[in-house]
Amino acid sequence: MSGQSKLQGKLHLDERRADRARASARRIAGEMADFIEMHTTVTIERAVLRLFGVDGVTDYDVPLPNAVVDQLKAAGKLGKGAAYYFGNALVYHRLSPQTLAEEVGKGRIDLLAAPPQEPGAVREAVYGLAREQLGRIRAQRETRRKAIARLGQGREPYLYVIVATGNIYEDVVQARAAAKQGADIIAVIRSTGQSLLDYVPYGATTEGFGGTYATQENFRIMRKALDEVGKEIGRYIKLVNYCSGLCMPEIAVMGAFERLDMMLNDAMYGIIFRDINMQRTFVDQHFSRMINAYAGVVINTGEDNYLTTADAVAAAHTVLASQFINEQFALRAGLREEQIGLGHAFEIDPDLEDGFLYEVAQAEMAREIFPRAPLKYMPPTKHITGDIFRAYLVNGLFNLAGVMTGQGIQLLGMLTEAIHTPFLQDRFLGVENAKYVMNTARRLGEEITFREGGIIQRRAAEVLEKAAAMLAEIEGIGLMPAIERGMFADTPRLREGGKGLDGVARQEPGYLNPFAELMQRELAIPGLNTPGPAGISAPEGGDR
Amino acid sequence: MAEVDLTRLKPYGDTMNDGMVQVSFTLPVPLTPEAQEAARLLALRMGLDEPRVVESRELGMGFSFFILYGACRHTVDFTEIKAAKVDVEAMDMDEVNRFVREKIGRRITVVGACIETDAHTVGIDAILNMKGFAGEYGLERYPEFKVINMGAQVPSEDLAARAITEKADAILVSQVVTQKNIHVTNLTKLVDLLEAEGVRDRVILVVGGPRISHELATELGYDAGFGRGTVPSEVASFLARALLRRLK
Repeated sequence: MSGQSKLQGKLHLDERRADRARASARRIAGEMADFIEMHTTVTIERAVLRLFGVDGVTDYDVPLPNAVVDQLKAAGKLGKGAAYYFGNALVYHRLSPQTLAEEVGKGRIDLLAAPPQEPGAVREAVYGLAREQLGRIRAQRETRRKAIARLGQGREPYLYVIVATGNIYEDVVQARAAAKQGADIIAVIRSTGQSLLDYVPYGATTEGFGGTYATQENFRIMRKALDEVGKEIGRYIKLVNYCSGLCMPEIAVMGAFERLDMMLNDAMYGIIFRDINMQRTFVDQHFSRMINAYAGVVINTGEDNYLTTADAVAAAHTVLASQFINEQFALRAGLREEQIGLGHAFEIDPDLEDGFLYEVAQAEMAREIFPRAPLKYMPPTKHITGDIFRAYLVNGLFNLAGVMTGQGIQLLGMLTEAIHTPFLQDRFLGVENAKYVMNTARRLGEEITFREGGIIQRRAAEVLEKAAAMLAEIEGIGLMPAIERGMFADTPRLREGGKGLDGVARQEPGYLNPFAELMQRELAIPGLNTPGPAGISAPEGGDR
Repeated sequence: MAEVDLTRLKPYGDTMNDGMVQVSFTLPVPLTPEAQEAARLLALRMGLDEPRVVESRELGMGFSFFILYGACRHTVDFTEIKAAKVDVEAMDMDEVNRFVREKIGRRITVVGACIETDAHTVGIDAILNMKGFAGEYGLERYPEFKVINMGAQVPSEDLAARAITEKADAILVSQVVTQKNIHVTNLTKLVDLLEAEGVRDRVILVVGGPRISHELATELGYDAGFGRGTVPSEVASFLARALLRRLK
């Protein structure tokens, strides 16, 4: 890529400007590294317990990871890490992690009452368990690799559909039908409001609003169903859930154990759109992304959300700026470029003249600036009104833009968007639409060049220029102050505001998190306080 | 061409009173000739004469999809219909502000929120946020309105408390998610709470959302309900006139 002033591609973008934008983003993310490294959170510590194998609930339906971490938090001991006290108690009581957690949940064991054990023995126990448990995740990764090798998978852009009945067993029926109709990826939408729960619900669930609770058992049920239907139709079907909200690292662990293939996982979405405290989110996202990186999960970032309230033409550069930032936070957590599904959306007002040209410019620009990222392209929603006939047509143009610009993951538009969560037939029609358009225009992108200095090239250059300027400005003031000033989505959020701040703790000397340490080593993540990975080269190895 | 008979109104395809409608649905049985016949019989039961299945597709997992046309045999008397709608003479932004200055003589305080589990702020933001919706500015831009937008997933208790401390003239609630009638539960909870606090009569209570009708809103004890496509000036006009009526 070096030595040329233009990026390879059809837009002839100014490569130096793209490099400058990426360098700004790298420094913006880098500035946060010290803060992230010095802190932990309640959900990170609960994730550690889950990684040890702790699962289940107390007699009062409190998840056991919460029961254990609450005990430590109440004593003001979070800063040492759950592994520190839990590991000590494991050695002292000679119990399995699950049994120990159950005893704590019943109020029969106080972790802090266990006398300090020989540090070498505690370390040995904790690291031994951690290696074993990480082996479980690697085994799931290997299962995925073999299944894809055996069954194959769809063609990019992968067709991604959503199920959201609220009942996991009903979801299974819908998901299997969607796979048979041609979907490659199934996302189970979460029940509205789950992102703000500071715990993960437990067990199979059959009641939800606007979606189905993300629980480990629900993950397992859907994984099994998709494996079965995948075998039947001869195509590996990928499963997605939401690694966002107040429990990002815990959901990542559950997904790693149950072989989810993708996770919605954005560095800033929770702050801007769910009013979750920014300190909490920045610390949480890093550990959650390390787990996703380790599990071979492809993350999907949430830039499409910037366009649901702001105008898609006026705010296009904020999408690109956020993609640069998300990329850098992801690389720092050990994700490879091939695992970074940067998001954007087809949300320009359909009544705008040449609006389709601007959509193509934006999608092609993302493709050229992030050449290895499996871009996640979101369908029109904001201007979809209930006119199902028009929606079906707009979705067709969205699919055309997706196939001609080489997007990686195409979330299919539903003709009944804005009316109800998709019916079985809505999803079928969505898949039919995409299959038709992508088949009939399969190689259109290879045949096209854009007119030099034409509308599309000029539009892309303008968006890149504005994004680079925005990133330079953020770099100048720092990311947290930039968010406080409302530079993202016109939504100011305060450093001390939002939900979940009381779950953040400063790490104390001797903080213990064997998983973070082992994963960091295996993923070849440079120490957080060392300069970040160079933008375009990522650690090798592992599957996609 | 035949004249339309408003006392016996029915759908129009290409000939007056042909009654033509299109229907599509899924049946939870595999696609077989029996399934096709089942679809046709269902259309007959729906009141469609001479129903034709024009397309049918296998959906997998024991489901099949049908597209049908038929002639609706029912009619309605159009002259007898009274639709519930918010009765408001629309004013634009400048007119509303002038109205408030001249007739009310002080700013109108509005507190808005998406309540309970609802996380979708697109509706409340369209009406309240500065940038507005459909080419119109939102209420924050109106000099004669003081707007507090509490955002998403606000517990009813918090909304009521805020409305009381701000001495709000109006509460705007948005409900986008309506699956399993969750919006009815949420909206009822808020009304009950305001009544329990003894402040229901002190505020103009308004709900909006893509599936909200004025009829539903009044049934639930709200002063008005605004549906899809409502622009900020309509809400502002309603609030200004409703407040004037209260003050008189």
